[in-house]
Amino acid sequence: MADRMLVEAVRMALARVMSEDETVILLGEDIGRNGGVFRATNGLLERFGEQRVRDTPIAEAAIAGLAVGLAAQGMRPVAEIQFSGFIYPCIDQLTNHASRLRTRTRGRLTCPLVIRSPSGGGIHAPEHHSESMEALLTNVPGLRVVFPSSPKRAYGLLLSAIRGPDPVVFFEPTRLYRSAKEDVDDSGEGLPLNCCFTLREGTDVTLVTWGATVIEALAAGDHAADEGVSVELIDVAILKPLDFETIRASVSKTGRAVIVHEAPISGGFGAEIAARIADEALLSLLAPVKRVAGYDVVMPLPRLEQFYLPDEPRIMAAIRDVMSYT
Amino acid sequence: MISQGASTPLRFIAPDGQAERELPVFADRAALISFYRAMLLTRIFDEKAVALQRTGRLGTFASSLGQEAVSVGLASAMRKEDVLLPSFREQGAMLWRGVSPVELFLYWGGDERGSDFAGPRGDFPICIPVASHAPHAAGVALAMKLRGEKRAAVAVMGDGATSKGDFYEAINISGVWRLPAVFVISNNQWAISVPVGRQTAAATLAVKAMAAGIRSARVDGNDVIAVHNAVGEAIDRAISDQGPTLVECVTYRLGDHTTVDDSSRYRSDQEVSENWPSEPVARLRQYLTAHEGWTKSDEENLIAECHNLVGEAADRYAAIDPLEPKDMFEMTFASLPRDLEEQRNQLS
Repeated sequence: MADRMLVEAVRMALARVMSEDETVILLGEDIGRNGGVFRATNGLLERFGEQRVRDTPIAEAAIAGLAVGLAAQGMRPVAEIQFSGFIYPCIDQLTNHASRLRTRTRGRLTCPLVIRSPSGGGIHAPEHHSESMEALLTNVPGLRVVFPSSPKRAYGLLLSAIRGPDPVVFFEPTRLYRSAKEDVDDSGEGLPLNCCFTLREGTDVTLVTWGATVIEALAAGDHAADEGVSVELIDVAILKPLDFETIRASVSKTGRAVIVHEAPISGGFGAEIAARIADEALLSLLAPVKRVAGYDVVMPLPRLEQFYLPDEPRIMAAIRDVMSYT
Repeated sequence: MISQGASTPLRFIAPDGQAERELPVFADRAALISFYRAMLLTRIFDEKAVALQRTGRLGTFASSLGQEAVSVGLASAMRKEDVLLPSFREQGAMLWRGVSPVELFLYWGGDERGSDFAGPRGDFPICIPVASHAPHAAGVALAMKLRGEKRAAVAVMGDGATSKGDFYEAINISGVWRLPAVFVISNNQWAISVPVGRQTAAATLAVKAMAAGIRSARVDGNDVIAVHNAVGEAIDRAISDQGPTLVECVTYRLGDHTTVDDSSRYRSDQEVSENWPSEPVARLRQYLTAHEGWTKSDEENLIAECHNLVGEAADRYAAIDPLEPKDMFEMTFASLPRDLEEQRNQLS
């Protein structure tokens, strides 16, 4: 096995599932001859043909709507929205149709589609190319929201997302596309879409995060260990439906929680996790629950984005803060 | 018969019931009577639904009074294997396709089971957000084309829908990929309170097809033969890989937008009165009476049959118990996640 970048793992999963199931159809802008702006679909046009790897007109609402129509007809569309800052026109389709087709027809029609979208900051991209809007979608009943942070998890979770029976929004952290590398075995084995990943076991603080900030959280875990603090790190990875059981068990053990995400803090998904901890694990807490997140500001352009993104020093400050309560 | 955005809507039968041109071959006595029956059934269904709403036994409802020929004309041109994607005023089409009046009452009465059609299993449920089902038709049509099937997707929406980006995105993509899709516009002149002249500066809605490079037709939407003919031709083209068509059907909404609307706030009684002589049901009845020997007793028998059918459906609807409260959870995902299981348990 060779080290694979996260973007390669995405491509491996797409190729794998396309070779298994001819109903899998890729849709998106520049995904064909160009191989996607991040090259996630590179070579797939040549391998699977233009009927199954389809460059669409620049029409995000129609891309999502096409996927709904295809899925209702028993196909398995996987659509790429070039950057998640361009996903807003899809939200009508995701909210009013994809997420509720099963409910509103009592299961007669279903919507097994996947919308993949590169997400997040840290690559010095132009305006509208660096946002994190997972919280807009975690509030939509009937959608699964997945946000992997490593090549192996991207591979296994994407396989399960495409093979599964429900609509999935699959965010891919752009910052990790080429920096995260791992041995990925093209085994065809999916990862379950119903549990968090505990990346580091510990006893003093539960660190909860997802997407690109998993990398900063891992570094903070090492740094905290040097200071004698034992961090348990949970990569949520599947935000919706949430496996809160894993988080509850960890916080019950450590008594402290720090939640980290890149999206703006107010109304972010971290607020939901903090509320669940308050509701279901309050009596285990030894310290207030802390959030380290983006500020409630418009995502800054590249010159300032490093000051917006949660980094290891900010996470460490929160860890020291919760450790000051004994 | 399809013309590129012609300004005069094509029709076969004039408002007074006289044929203006030779009828198409499909328009034999049996077919015309079946269209007539379906339009009358739709009208009587609408009357009953409004009555149920007024007496607190149904939710908000959108009557199709005056537009029955569009609905019946388009559905009667479809084959069983085609897929209908209706908006919220197409009960005539849905009934023709085999959706039961009980299911329609259930839907408008506030029960999701009303969209679990026992008949046309592949048809889409009613689309409420305007034009957002237009791209679904392109997706359905793409699935059909990829599988090499001779089937078509038929979406129907109102004049206001043509102002939306979804509509343009859908016809554009269908044109580029030559998809077997038919987009029917039921131009009833009013999008709630805004008349079509304030929706667009375009001379007709059919001309909007030109920007997408697809074919269009413009027909008198109160002539069921003209609607059936245009949609039938469009389906024939679709299934022989000649691409999508936009069919504008010019009609008039004789009733309020819905049971919670009062159209006297934005249009005059005189305007509505002036449109009654063009309505589709009397038009076809006059033709049948003059040319197909339709008698007073035929008419009375049919009215009684439709009233019986709708009345029985209303009784059956009234006897159906609501779903259990916990049933709201069951269809959110294919299987119930633990989180939702906990929420469901809180409900009891």
